[in-house]
Amino acid sequence: MNVCVIAEHRSGVLHPATLELITAGCDLGSVIVGVAAPVPDGVLEALGVAGVTEIVCVEGSGEELDPDDYRAMVAELVRERRPAVTLVASTPHSFAYAAAAAAAAGLGFASDVQALRLEGELVVATRSFYGGKVDAELEFPNRGGVLLVLRRAVWTPAPATEGRVPRASLAAGRQSRIERVAFEPTVHDGVDITKADVIVAIGRGIGDRENLDLFEALASKVGATLAVSRPLVDAGWVSADRQVGQSGKTVKPSVYLAFGISGASQHLAGMRASGTVIAVNTDPNAAIFGAADFGGVFDAVTFAQELDKLFTP
Amino acid sequence: MRVLVCIKQIGVLDDEIVFAEGEREVEPDCLEPSLNEWDSYAIETALRIRDENGGEVVAATAGSAEAEEVLRRALAMGADRAIRIEGCTPDPYLVGKALGTLTRSLSPDLILCGAQSSDAAHGATGAVVAGLLDLPCAAVVNAVSVDEVRGDVEVVRELEGGMRDRLRMPLPAVLTVQTGINQPRYANLRAIKLAERQPIEVVQLEDGGEPAYRIRKMFLPPAEGRAQPLGGDLREAAELVAKLIQERAS
Repeated sequence: MNVCVIAEHRSGVLHPATLELITAGCDLGSVIVGVAAPVPDGVLEALGVAGVTEIVCVEGSGEELDPDDYRAMVAELVRERRPAVTLVASTPHSFAYAAAAAAAAGLGFASDVQALRLEGELVVATRSFYGGKVDAELEFPNRGGVLLVLRRAVWTPAPATEGRVPRASLAAGRQSRIERVAFEPTVHDGVDITKADVIVAIGRGIGDRENLDLFEALASKVGATLAVSRPLVDAGWVSADRQVGQSGKTVKPSVYLAFGISGASQHLAGMRASGTVIAVNTDPNAAIFGAADFGGVFDAVTFAQELDKLFTP
Repeated sequence: MRVLVCIKQIGVLDDEIVFAEGEREVEPDCLEPSLNEWDSYAIETALRIRDENGGEVVAATAGSAEAEEVLRRALAMGADRAIRIEGCTPDPYLVGKALGTLTRSLSPDLILCGAQSSDAAHGATGAVVAGLLDLPCAAVVNAVSVDEVRGDVEVVRELEGGMRDRLRMPLPAVLTVQTGINQPRYANLRAIKLAERQPIEVVQLEDGGEPAYRIRKMFLPPAEGRAQPLGGDLREAAELVAKLIQERAS
């Protein structure tokens, strides 16, 4: 089976998710990697991994991370190489082009895929619905090919290999309509949660804003750093410095305590590498329990109050 | 300036999960209907663009009559028109195709969607519209500024780890909107009452074509992956957590 992996790179660095896609692709068949040209040397080197049979450099506008270029790159690779499966990483960038390219090319499509298998030549993908509370197996009948967006940190990164991987070039054959004005790093002067050994993380389940004080005090007593999931940043309660997740920070503390956090995919992406994960949530079906080592169905505030009593001020 | 905002009535799953016969979906009774959270931000974005540039906001949804509730909410917030597309199977390709057909007939300058829905979370429908109509698309957007004179839109979109990306593209364009982009306005009681009486246009669009995928079966996630219980008693559970913190911190 022919598999095409779509690489992503920015500022001369290959996105680590690309190596995860290569592992997934090698489980299915023979892998080529499509990468947007011009390709920095560091990116080409990083693509020299076991299982890659060819690196196809696709010429576009010359601007990196351009949604139109990536959409055209997928179209060109699908047209020229006819892969049975095209794999894209779940990144904020891929939301702009993956489904667009798949729909235009008439491919089967699924995103946030967490498992993949073959039944003969047919692809069966597993993803979840309703915030991770149910899983489903998906199939793609009557399709000449399939494009799948794979969840982060499920497949391990493919290891590097000796020897040079053959290269080819293609032209995408269409202009990008999109112009980059600037990359804009957000700068916050606050805490660096990525250095914390113990994290107390809070989400919508903490209820009212007044309850923030309780968790700040608890974190302090326990010697932990306070972190939050996205909704509390959107609500303006806490600075984005403290956000754990795909668009926030990735943390790997020895202990991660998740209070009132449902466990949305983008949040899990930021804390999967934590040592011991302890989750407290009133919803027994919350997806966070699938990512935790220990869990309790309790109200976050009540539990925090109880925990607070056990630590001396 | 015409802005089309595409919204969805999502289902929030109850604590008790029951599968319908055939086990390819959940029993509808287990679902509590609600406006997709991302879409309230998309509606607000559309309204602000109209308030600044003049024109109209058209809210559209693909759903049954029950889904008109989300259109009423959009109208109460200030949308000028509401359209319900009837008879469309919920699937990113089929809904995207129907919204694409609607887009062709309305010729909006801008098409806004939420970045994803909370129930299916494909994050795809807006991009599907863009792909089928060959329009430029930016996703996960947290700032939007339209320049009607130049006929383009400047956006800021999220990348990972706090990095943002400022892009510009010609209109018409599709943007998918991230939560936190603004504060969606509340509809006051008067607006809600007025919205009750506003007409909703119902259209039946050709539901031909293949869906993006088919569900073979739906099931509860396997138990082995799941967390060890802390214990039923609050105090004991808290004591166990205190112990774990002390033992496992570096």
